Amino acid sequence: MVNLKELAVREDSLCGGHRACTGCGAPIIVRQVLLASKDPVVITSATGCLEVVTTIFPYTAWKVPFLHNAFENSAATCSGIEAAYQSLKRQGKIKADHINFVAFGGDGGTYDIGFQSLSGAMERGHDMLYVCYNNEAYMNTGVQRSSATPMGAATTTAPPGKLRAGKTQFSKNLTEIMVAHGLPYIAQSAVGFWRDLTSKAEKAFNIRGPKFINALQPCQLGWGYDPALTPEMGRLAAETCIWPLYEVENGVYKLNYRPKEKKPVTEFFKPQSRFRHLLRPGNEAVVATIQKEVDRRWEALLKNCEEKIA
Amino acid sequence: MILPFLDNSEIKFLQGNEACVKAALAVGCRFFAGYPITPSTEIAEGMAKELPKVNGTFIQMEDEIASLGAVIGASICGVKSLTATSGPGFSLKQEHIGYAVIAEIPCVIVNVMRGGPSTGLPTLPAQGDVMQARWGTHGDHPAIVLSPSSVREYYDLTIKAFNLSEKFRTPVILLPDEVIAHTREKVEIPKETRIINRQLPAPDANKAKHQPYAVNSADGVPVIPNFGEGFRFNITGLVHDATGFPAATPEITEKLLLRIHKKIAAGDNEIKGIEINLARNSDIVVLSYGSSFRSGAQAASETGVGTVKLTTLFPFPDKEIKELAKKVKTIIVVEMNLGQLVREVERAVAGQSPHGGLVKVYGINISNGLLIHPEIIVRKIKECQKT
Repeated sequence: MVNLKELAVREDSLCGGHRACTGCGAPIIVRQVLLASKDPVVITSATGCLEVVTTIFPYTAWKVPFLHNAFENSAATCSGIEAAYQSLKRQGKIKADHINFVAFGGDGGTYDIGFQSLSGAMERGHDMLYVCYNNEAYMNTGVQRSSATPMGAATTTAPPGKLRAGKTQFSKNLTEIMVAHGLPYIAQSAVGFWRDLTSKAEKAFNIRGPKFINALQPCQLGWGYDPALTPEMGRLAAETCIWPLYEVENGVYKLNYRPKEKKPVTEFFKPQSRFRHLLRPGNEAVVATIQKEVDRRWEALLKNCEEKIA
Repeated sequence: MILPFLDNSEIKFLQGNEACVKAALAVGCRFFAGYPITPSTEIAEGMAKELPKVNGTFIQMEDEIASLGAVIGASICGVKSLTATSGPGFSLKQEHIGYAVIAEIPCVIVNVMRGGPSTGLPTLPAQGDVMQARWGTHGDHPAIVLSPSSVREYYDLTIKAFNLSEKFRTPVILLPDEVIAHTREKVEIPKETRIINRQLPAPDANKAKHQPYAVNSADGVPVIPNFGEGFRFNITGLVHDATGFPAATPEITEKLLLRIHKKIAAGDNEIKGIEINLARNSDIVVLSYGSSFRSGAQAASETGVGTVKLTTLFPFPDKEIKELAKKVKTIIVVEMNLGQLVREVERAVAGQSPHGGLVKVYGINISNGLLIHPEIIVRKIKECQKT
């Protein structure tokens, strides 16, 4: 477990003055992850908000090596860099004892177009950490649905109307797909739980091999809430069990946060305009379907974690 | 009082990408599969909103490659299908474009040109994908590429793209630049739409014996049934014979390649898109397309020279440009790239010598994310006028 006193004196790898929206969760995730690294870091990033807002010419918010490739290949590019490092180290041409290679991608660049490249990198076993800053839609191009978008959420390509109430599919459970890759370390965390996220990153950095962290990133623009509530949104996602915090180390599940009282999903919906239509009369069935699936996934997770179900 | 022009049209103030959506719906497009990418996303968003209202289908796919894959799948089932993208996505789609060419599956691909290469300039205009649109997918293949220079033209060319794609059973690439895609202009939308639908086997055709890739007509276009209507046939990206099954003999290979080229050439008049306006007292013309043409036309009107506007970039109008070369001494080609279509113009006019001297071709080629300013073109015209 990391401690705040110790973290407070470490230097941030990403500095202020970048151009993310007020209340953006993405830079919070980046800082909380990178603060945990005691070794030098090398960053790759997929196309997306993070890349755009941190590197607008002639400025950069990065104090560490940063490489942006295309939308679909953050993990592939990171693989190449890591493989080259291993080779240079073998040849004695590079002095650093260990470097933490970190690939960042949004949910579009991780769940969708970058999925193949992520899966390949993890399967080959590169010594790297992949972090998905998951804001549950394509925010950089103006809020289109992704496979991480939850059922019922309004996006510009899944607009709610007479025929349907926003997105009609459940989100893809990517964390479980990464568990199926058999990695030494997989974790799910969220903005609003700094100790949880930084501790998980620290754990990941101490393990050699492929690691994956899926961090829920509230987005005030795409979710439509008061920007001051960003950490609160992450907490609500965990309190409603929509986004449980857990980790899987060498196949062993561990639940990191269990709400004292599990809140109904509507508590998470209320502050967000993307779910506004769900709270109107006529959409009760959709809400019930969502609640049922959240319960099912939560109970399956409790089982995996060998926790009591009720 | 009703103004006369309102009788047969509708006046709208539209963004280019919105006009594309309206035209696609008007010509009968009922399937869209795509992936968000600036500056084309408004087309996906518009189709997501409008298609369910007309019982059509919108699917957002997991990536660019899958988008054209789904479009090809929908089209072979008989539904007019569209996808829209921009540079990086267009690069990813290239393999599927070649597949649609050889399997002869109609589809329309909109590539809103932004600055490149790679992620380049996501929000700024360029015309750097012209040769990619012609030659991007591997192997010898024909290409139909259209490029609009106004919002109204974007509307008309969307309809034309679908019609050509249905008629010739080939993918058609629509190539607006970012300026045309995002500009809002007054658009007069015609109430009537000319619609061409693909040829299908007669209702009494023998479903067991019909050969999907056999060609019996002079136009070189096969009569391929819709998938799932009881005909037994094979569709493949391999070289195939009249049945659609793979066959790689030299004779079959050559016959297939020549036919898919010939069917596009044979339809030249239908595909053609060139407007020539020569000035009475000048032997200079400005040749351009897309938003660059708007700057070119402005410069031409200030200096009293002629204009040539291309709305069909490929097949390139060799014949018309050769004819043009007999009438003018100087052709100034304006485009937002480092010199692409200008090479086609140079090739077409090679050896043409009006008035005893060779035709001079100059390129104004600027690619910096900005629309080419008419002043730059005026300067070049004045230089040419002096000599």
